[in-house]
Amino acid sequence: MTWLSHTWRLLRALAGDDAYDKYCAHQRQCHPHEAPLDRRSYYLQHQEQKWGGVNRCC
Amino acid sequence: MKKLLWFGVALTGACALAGIALHRGETINALWILIASGCVYALGFRFYSAWVAAKVLTLDTLRATPAVRLNNGRDFVPTHRFIVFGHHFAAIAGPGPLIGPTLAAQFGYLPGLLWILVGSVLGGCVQDMTIMFLSLRRDGRSLGKIARDELGPIGGYAALIGTLLIMVILIAVLGLVVVNAMKHSPWATSTVFATIPIALVIGVYLRNLRPGRVIEGSLLGAGLLILAVVGGGFINGAPELARAFDFEGTSLAWFVIGYGLIAAILPVWLLLAPRDYLSTFLKLGTVALLAVAVFAMNPTLRMPALTRFIDGTGPVFSGKLFPFVFITIACGAVSGFHALVASGTTPKLITDERDVRLIGYGSMLLESCVAVIALISATLLEPGVYFAINSPAGIVGSTAEAAVATISSWGFPVTVDQMSALAAAMGENTLFGRTGGAPSLAVGMASIFSSAFGEGLMAIWYHFAVMFEAVFILTTLDAGTRVGRFMLQDLLGHVWKPLGETSWYPSVLLASSCIVAGWGYFLYIGVIDPNGGVNILWPLFGIANQMLAAIALSVATGVLAKHGKLRYAWVTGGPLAWLTLITTAAAWQKLWSDDPRVGFLAGADALAKKLAAGTLPAKQAAVAPELIFNQRLDAALTAFFTLILWVIVLDMLRVCLRVARGQSVLPSSETAYQAVAPAPRVDFEASGLGVQGAEG
Repeated sequence: MTWLSHTWRLLRALAGDDAYDKYCAHQRQCHPHEAPLDRRSYYLQHQEQKWGGVNRCC
Repeated sequence: MKKLLWFGVALTGACALAGIALHRGETINALWILIASGCVYALGFRFYSAWVAAKVLTLDTLRATPAVRLNNGRDFVPTHRFIVFGHHFAAIAGPGPLIGPTLAAQFGYLPGLLWILVGSVLGGCVQDMTIMFLSLRRDGRSLGKIARDELGPIGGYAALIGTLLIMVILIAVLGLVVVNAMKHSPWATSTVFATIPIALVIGVYLRNLRPGRVIEGSLLGAGLLILAVVGGGFINGAPELARAFDFEGTSLAWFVIGYGLIAAILPVWLLLAPRDYLSTFLKLGTVALLAVAVFAMNPTLRMPALTRFIDGTGPVFSGKLFPFVFITIACGAVSGFHALVASGTTPKLITDERDVRLIGYGSMLLESCVAVIALISATLLEPGVYFAINSPAGIVGSTAEAAVATISSWGFPVTVDQMSALAAAMGENTLFGRTGGAPSLAVGMASIFSSAFGEGLMAIWYHFAVMFEAVFILTTLDAGTRVGRFMLQDLLGHVWKPLGETSWYPSVLLASSCIVAGWGYFLYIGVIDPNGGVNILWPLFGIANQMLAAIALSVATGVLAKHGKLRYAWVTGGPLAWLTLITTAAAWQKLWSDDPRVGFLAGADALAKKLAAGTLPAKQAAVAPELIFNQRLDAALTAFFTLILWVIVLDMLRVCLRVARGQSVLPSSETAYQAVAPAPRVDFEASGLGVQGAEG
């Protein structure tokens, strides 16, 4: 069932569902001594940053 | 063997195009159009974009991108190119490419189709790709900042003010489209209203119950939206309830204005973010479904290749084929707005410079494809029906009999019974004079869907299509108001520092109110205009959008010249020259044409004369002074857009001339070269979709 998990991962990445997992992976690798944000704080921060600029069009 | 394959593609495309061009029968099958478009896109992507990438931009796979150099796990994240493609396409695809081709269908299917194909392959896609590349080489800086750094402060301010104004006009015209789709339609109104509490519920779900579980939230929301469409049918069936959702255009305009203001000051997680997840989900799903249905059904186009309205007397909007078909199609072929998205979020995700070709050029090709499908959906309707839906009462008459008589006299037969039966099938009271493009697109989509997936659900499909358009129009409205607010706060911050603070509440309220008042004014005037505000607002939006594209292409041409690629400057300079020509020609006609339906000033004068002579009915006389003022204001805006356009074009030519003469110009703002780390590229499978070896 590799194609199924593959599609699922693709779908998660496209939707931005895996943003927190990516962030955690990055924190573990680059800042292992800092505690990462929890899911909710990360989500809120991510949304504020996402909607700070032009990212929807006509 | 490969050469043979591409030769085959070229031959097929040429045959299909020749077939369309030489076809003189009554009707034509949509398959011809799909084949021709597919071949043009394939050739454009395979050859032209590859050539631009290699020779003009010289994309360098060994040069580290900002995502790799500045990877912070938040905004700078190296991401697989298919994922970035998806994000970028979702960002650029809005209601524009659906509405523009629908309106332009009044000229027949051929002019719109040709401009969508040629304009995107040679203009729009090149613009998106080039600006994305420029931003990529400058750490993801915005178009305005690049213009300031490369051309100078004049170009920079022109880009900033142009962006702010286009935002205001865009939101007004989109608001008008939604209002016209909801006017006196309890089903559509109740469904669109229901999308707001649904978005709020999903907002709370994504923040409190299951933080960040976007797919779950989207699926839940999509289910609720479908329930809302079905529930709208129930409301429509109960006269008591239906009356509660039956509104005049002006009440709906006030509702949209109030909604816009509240949405702009609420926290993003509560309304904007969940609404965007829902609209992206619906948008991609519906467009894909529509594409499949069009392919499966191969509907017959009933609109002729060219109609008599190329002479400028069209009821949907006025103006001759040249330049107005180019202004009207706008987003499906070249959209200046894309330059704002292409410089900013997207470049911060790109892993390899070569991905710019797929993401920049490819996304715009797909957007253009959406425009072709919208054109097919509009032209498969009986022309008489198309004109009955899209012509305002001010042109064809306010009663059904008068409208039918006028439209039939143009040579597009339609009957009252036919329209009543259609309206009944769609669950609407009437379909006459539903201007703005959304209702006729929804009728086209409903007929494709119901023929592909079974008859009988026509009314559900129609209202699903209306809801789908409304959901992402309202998202653009929220997001646009918010971005406009940030830009205005940035400008006001220069006047008095506290006004620039994006979290200081009085400043937030002031700036949001200014932006909402700006677009709210144009929306309100558009609603009370008996000729349907679309005739005024859509060309104004088109001119503004093409002006923004010209600004972006000027910046690109200037940078090419500065980098010693003057001999390739035609790649962006050619589309720029064409856009400058059509924008200036359209602006000229909008200003000075004697035809009161085309020229803003002539329109204002004609109305003023009628008002003075007392020949207007009382209802129209009451709003006439506002309409007269509005037309003069529109004339001033058009003149201002043209002025900005020429300022920046001349500024770019000044820079090019200095380069050619060997004089000094501003230094390049490109970030210094840094090679990628020698680590082997991680492939798609092992990378967890793009989280690549990160350096902190």
